[in-house]
Amino acid sequence: MSGASVDRETALSEEPFRPAGPTQGFLRGTVLSIRAIAGQSELLRLLTGRELKARYKDSTLGFFWSLARPLTMLLVYYVAIGKFLNAAQSPTRNPNGIPDFAVFIFAGLTAWQLFSDIVTNGTASIVTNSGLIKKVYVPREVFPLSVVGSSIVNFGIQLVVLAGATLLVRNFPTGSRWSYFVLALAVLVVFSTALALLLSAINVYLRDVQYLVEILIMILFWASPIVYSWHSVDGALHGLIKDIYLANPMTQVVLGFQRTFWVSGPSSSYPADLQMRLLVTLGISVALLWVSQRIFARLQANFAQEL
Amino acid sequence: MALNVVEISNVSKRFVIHRDKSLKERVLNRSRDRRHKQDFWALRDVNLDIELGSTVGLVGANGSGKSTLLKMIGGIHQPTTGSVRLRGRLAALLELGAGFHPDLTGRENVYLNAAILGISRAQTDRYFDAIVDFSGIEPFIDTQVKYYSSGMYVRLAFAVAVHVDPDILLVDEVLAVGDEPFQRKCMDRIRGFQAEGRSIVLVSHALDQVADLCDRAVVLEAGQVRADGPPREALRVLREDFEETRRHDVEEARRVSRRTRTEPAPSAEITAIDLVSDGAPRDRATLTPGDDLTVRVHVTSTHALDDWNVGIALNNPLGQMVLGTNAVMLGKPLPHVAGGSVVEFTLPGLMLGEGSYSVDAAISFDGLTEADRLSEGAALTVVASGQVVGYTHVANPDVNLVEGQ
Repeated sequence: MSGASVDRETALSEEPFRPAGPTQGFLRGTVLSIRAIAGQSELLRLLTGRELKARYKDSTLGFFWSLARPLTMLLVYYVAIGKFLNAAQSPTRNPNGIPDFAVFIFAGLTAWQLFSDIVTNGTASIVTNSGLIKKVYVPREVFPLSVVGSSIVNFGIQLVVLAGATLLVRNFPTGSRWSYFVLALAVLVVFSTALALLLSAINVYLRDVQYLVEILIMILFWASPIVYSWHSVDGALHGLIKDIYLANPMTQVVLGFQRTFWVSGPSSSYPADLQMRLLVTLGISVALLWVSQRIFARLQANFAQEL
Repeated sequence: MALNVVEISNVSKRFVIHRDKSLKERVLNRSRDRRHKQDFWALRDVNLDIELGSTVGLVGANGSGKSTLLKMIGGIHQPTTGSVRLRGRLAALLELGAGFHPDLTGRENVYLNAAILGISRAQTDRYFDAIVDFSGIEPFIDTQVKYYSSGMYVRLAFAVAVHVDPDILLVDEVLAVGDEPFQRKCMDRIRGFQAEGRSIVLVSHALDQVADLCDRAVVLEAGQVRADGPPREALRVLREDFEETRRHDVEEARRVSRRTRTEPAPSAEITAIDLVSDGAPRDRATLTPGDDLTVRVHVTSTHALDDWNVGIALNNPLGQMVLGTNAVMLGKPLPHVAGGSVVEFTLPGLMLGEGSYSVDAAISFDGLTEADRLSEGAALTVVASGQVVGYTHVANPDVNLVEGQ
């Protein structure tokens, strides 16, 4: 026996046995899962890079395409709703008018795009990577998480454009407005990651989920004040329905984004206790993320044979 | 003291085969759920401990559960009952290039694949040149892998895989990639792993390879361990099983041809193999290199034999053929005979290396169908001078210093 193999033997004899694959169990499993995922940060980074590089590889304009979609949507909504439906008017001329309409819409669209990217691509991520999952064991959470990573990079680019737009209208957000942004972004990332984890695992067993998600995303877009203002909802909805509308995490996130970037918005454009609501939602989202991860860990045991 | 790195205890694995996947089908078929689910036990009560530094070959027929077992050790499948526990770093070569993305360059894929196999970035940086060098595709490393030939693809994937630093390496049928020089490089690498005291678990259908590499073989059959021990014994069990299957297939083929043809197919059986060196013919003999060997093959037949051929083979203990011949190869096709017969082969001045050999004989018809085979019908022992090793011998080998002081 060579020296290296003796070293190996002594080192291994002190190492305890561990089960092959993921650990079940609620609390202990959480700690081990987090440790396992943290140990794969390098892989996570590379997978994120792969998502980004591979998406627009061989196209001449490359990353520009990740901007093309939100910018086109902005243009469409600006023309259709802003101009044709007269939403883009100053409140002095039209009580329901929205000043700096382009900034208003783009703030909401940027938040929504991140949500929709994470949830739609995240849901499909396990099935898309089935080739890898069937052949190699890595903590499978890395696949939805790499979608989160690449979506955040795209989001960052849009954010730069959004910030540029606020400069252009000479209304760059300052001071305490940014606290809304941090809070809203935290809710957005945690909440959508939780959904992505949960749905990606369910999608392995029920492939319908990914198509259902696409449709729900389309409907839910209109359930948040992205292209219309909270002001008009405030007047139209009452009581319980209004509470339900406001409890939607994405409504709060979109409002938080608008509160940050849409500086010219009047205070009637937001519910009074937005900050408190966001904090509560953040707490719930963290709990949801934990539950999702546990369900994911439970379901992933049979991923390889179901794919 | 042997240290276990993998402990598999009472592991069973059930696969549920769903016939439907979509919501619609599940709802529609709810009442008939039973029929749309099927249980399949891929493994039943498997117990296996693998020691550090050992090389274990998992062998068995297709569908015997060996790949499933390998995937359980790798954590890809979870056992239905029982437990798989391991310690140390594990790397799995289950499919080469599983993590390759066609749109990324070779370089990017090396880093990605390395990360999937659990190699840190710093390590990959250090090994990068060695990996590219090993793969031998340096000019194309910055080309997208979708433009690679399949050979280049597996070469690069294998190069990444063999640079992992595991305590346990799982290998599934991937050693036979690339051309011959590359295969040799791969085998050298595997032997290097063995010398470094790593454990290797290997699934392969290439029994010679298993016999060659492993110090232990586990034969699986229908999800159960049928034999476990030194490769020679375990492989014999498997070969007997395969022989049984083959016989059964031949039997089946004969039945089918009997049904389609009116005249009965010729059938024959080899009853014995005798070795004649000096003295009476017996089923075992001891030779020294250079002796003549005569092999007599006894054939019985219920029918007249036409267009028939008899062959013999001398095999080493691992079952690899060392020497083989048959009547057609020797340019003397066998004539028509009425029934039973004895065919005699003479091998003058046989120069086999020291060791023991088994003798097989087979009979075939029409130049293709092997009608019967007698495995290990006789045993041959060769005792030599100890001047050379290997399966062949030379008379009077010599060595001289021809240059130098």
